[in-house]
Amino acid sequence: MGIDLARFHQTFFEESFEGLDAMESALLRLSPQTADREAINGIFRAAHSIKGGAATFGFNEVSAFTHLLETLLDEMRAGVRPVGGAEIDVLLRAVDVLRELLHAARDGGSADPAAVQQIGDALTRLLATPAADDGTPPRAAPSAAPPGTWRIRFVPQPQIFTSGNDPLRILRALSQLGELDVCCDTTRLPGLADADPERCYLAWELVLRSACDREAIAEVFAWVEDECELSIEPWRADGDACADTSASARRQAAEAQPLRLIEGGRTTDGAVAEPAARTAQRTESSSIRVATEKIDSLINLVGELVITEAMLQQLARTLDPVMHEKLLAGLALLDRNTRQIQEAVMATRMLPVDFVFSRFPRVVRDLAAKLGKQVRLQTVGEATELDKSVIECIADPLTHLVRNAIDHGIERPAERIAAGKDATGTIRLSAAHQGGHIVIEVADDGRGLDRTRIIAKARERGLAAAETMSDEEVWRLIFEPGFSTAETVTDVSGRGVGMDVVKKNVDALSGTIEVASTAGWGTRITIRLPLTLAILDGMSVRVGDEVFIIPLASVAESLQPSPGQIRSVAGCARVIKLRNEYVPLVSLREIYGVRTGAHDPAHGLVVVLESGGRRIAAVVDELVGQQQVVIKSIESNYRRVPGISGATILGDGRVALITDVAEILRIGSRAQAA
Amino acid sequence: MKRILAVDDSASMRQMVAFTLKSAGFEVAEAADGAIALEMAKKESFSLVLCDVNMPNMDGIALVRALRQLPAYKFTPLLMLTTESGAEKKQEGKQAGATGWLVKPFNPDQLIATVNKVIG
Repeated sequence: MGIDLARFHQTFFEESFEGLDAMESALLRLSPQTADREAINGIFRAAHSIKGGAATFGFNEVSAFTHLLETLLDEMRAGVRPVGGAEIDVLLRAVDVLRELLHAARDGGSADPAAVQQIGDALTRLLATPAADDGTPPRAAPSAAPPGTWRIRFVPQPQIFTSGNDPLRILRALSQLGELDVCCDTTRLPGLADADPERCYLAWELVLRSACDREAIAEVFAWVEDECELSIEPWRADGDACADTSASARRQAAEAQPLRLIEGGRTTDGAVAEPAARTAQRTESSSIRVATEKIDSLINLVGELVITEAMLQQLARTLDPVMHEKLLAGLALLDRNTRQIQEAVMATRMLPVDFVFSRFPRVVRDLAAKLGKQVRLQTVGEATELDKSVIECIADPLTHLVRNAIDHGIERPAERIAAGKDATGTIRLSAAHQGGHIVIEVADDGRGLDRTRIIAKARERGLAAAETMSDEEVWRLIFEPGFSTAETVTDVSGRGVGMDVVKKNVDALSGTIEVASTAGWGTRITIRLPLTLAILDGMSVRVGDEVFIIPLASVAESLQPSPGQIRSVAGCARVIKLRNEYVPLVSLREIYGVRTGAHDPAHGLVVVLESGGRRIAAVVDELVGQQQVVIKSIESNYRRVPGISGATILGDGRVALITDVAEILRIGSRAQAA
Repeated sequence: MKRILAVDDSASMRQMVAFTLKSAGFEVAEAADGAIALEMAKKESFSLVLCDVNMPNMDGIALVRALRQLPAYKFTPLLMLTTESGAEKKQEGKQAGATGWLVKPFNPDQLIATVNKVIG
């Protein structure tokens, strides 16, 4: 299990600094005369949390220092130590030192060692005065029992189940230490009429062959030692009645939990098996931290490799397959290896979506409390992985959607109860892979979108909205700029950024966003994103002398239109009739200002593009092929170009621009409107 | 899927516990103090409750005691997350009805191993 604890560092530092601030202000209020017990308790808790976190996350200096502080506070809390001016003074200085230590741990510097030493000494001196007791229980010296066979008698008290413990679990844990032979003692078992199913009447006589020491065995019983009679003794197999090393008994013993009865305390059968060579089952976490830049540069280099490889493939196409058989076989291998390298490198950038999801329990809790609502958050598919850059870009839109769902979707408890629903609303966040995409959903069981209100609002804002529009079209209105139906602008989701910003963010990731909503039952917003932003499955099309790449995910179909299929509407705008549906027609040649190539769609081909549920037909001259392309940013190397989302290098070394389908749809609808 | 309730007033510990257990395939709900946890436990059902000892509002010991009184949690494993120095806390917790404890600091592997031991 390679869980990188570093991801929790940020939270740890934040809460630790908050804790220190709280400690400081509480200490400042504390005076020797008014040693408020609850105040000391609060200070202790803060120190305790910092210590626990620091130890867990490996900030040993912080945890060691906090331990001194905590011990002193614990004594004050218990009333063993008076709360004097001197103590308060040292504690305040200790808070300062701790703050410095935490800063150093976070930023990689080091705290002033002299101050740490000085205050540490002061704390130690205070603790060394008579009232002191460092609180650590004396550790039992490790017993040096030789490895071998152990005889264990375990008689749980009848009420052991009511502490949540289960003898079966203990037996299982023991069997993991070595070869365990189990004899069950049923002598305490009463008649059926008197047996209480909630009580434990069984006892066990166990023989464990293991190289472990007594402490390891005692550890297994640690939780129940006060709830059972227990004896653990070293035991030699020879000369004991329980031993039977015959082959058949060994076989039996090797089977899972062989059970033998002890009648009147006498062992009727017993077996000791050979100790199995057990390999340590601990899986060490084997991950290293690598700077993102290194991975990015690796991805870039792999991108170059892919391009070079494509170039070689293109050159090889002209070769005679018989004469160059070996070269071609080598190229095929290179093609496979390149692909595998590419996939492997991309995988290093993949992070579980939980990186985003994990922030929501807090968001939901805080916001629900603020709005007086009860909200339960369910997350599904947190382990789903996607590209780091996608994760970074999706965090804000998702936060907005979740906030929206709580603010506008989930009703107040009274309203929910009146509607016959559970007073607590549910927000479900889920992520899943679907083909080359990741689908993220934010669903709530709130009041749903209000169709009439959305239409009214849209009209008020001067948007085209008609009663006859389908639900889907109505829901799409909420993504229009400046649209907001909240009657009162709350400081929660009405910050002037609306769903249009969410949509813009999703569009920028070449994703799509869809809304489904049922009045009274809730709303579900589905975001579909490409797994990675670095590589794209594209269709290359020729327009005049230029080649453009269209993201394959946006290509619905392509066809050679018959002249009758194309109609002119209102003079200039053209549409194409596709199976009883009219789709606006645009020419890529016009949009991109290419001077050569077909203008008349009847001489070219039409590619039907789809994005965000809308379609547009684009006229091109030729479909060149389908290929994976490595995306190079135009924006960072040149500037943003309308209608173009990036560029790539083709196998023959030429640069091809990648079309921005959403933008083409916009351009197309503007042309239609004109 | 087995559901676990993680109770800790420290957000980072809670996140670490929740993340670790989720990645081990459990469903995890979080609560920031004993009082919240008790309310959640009454409304939903959990196969295991992991709780910090020192918490505001209702501490871990009081939470364990209250949970054990609920018929639904009579036999449910309730584990305390405690520090090594808290030997008497362990006893106090046991008397309140806790199943056992996990000593802080613990790493994700230890946490998963312990939880698997109890409800795996």
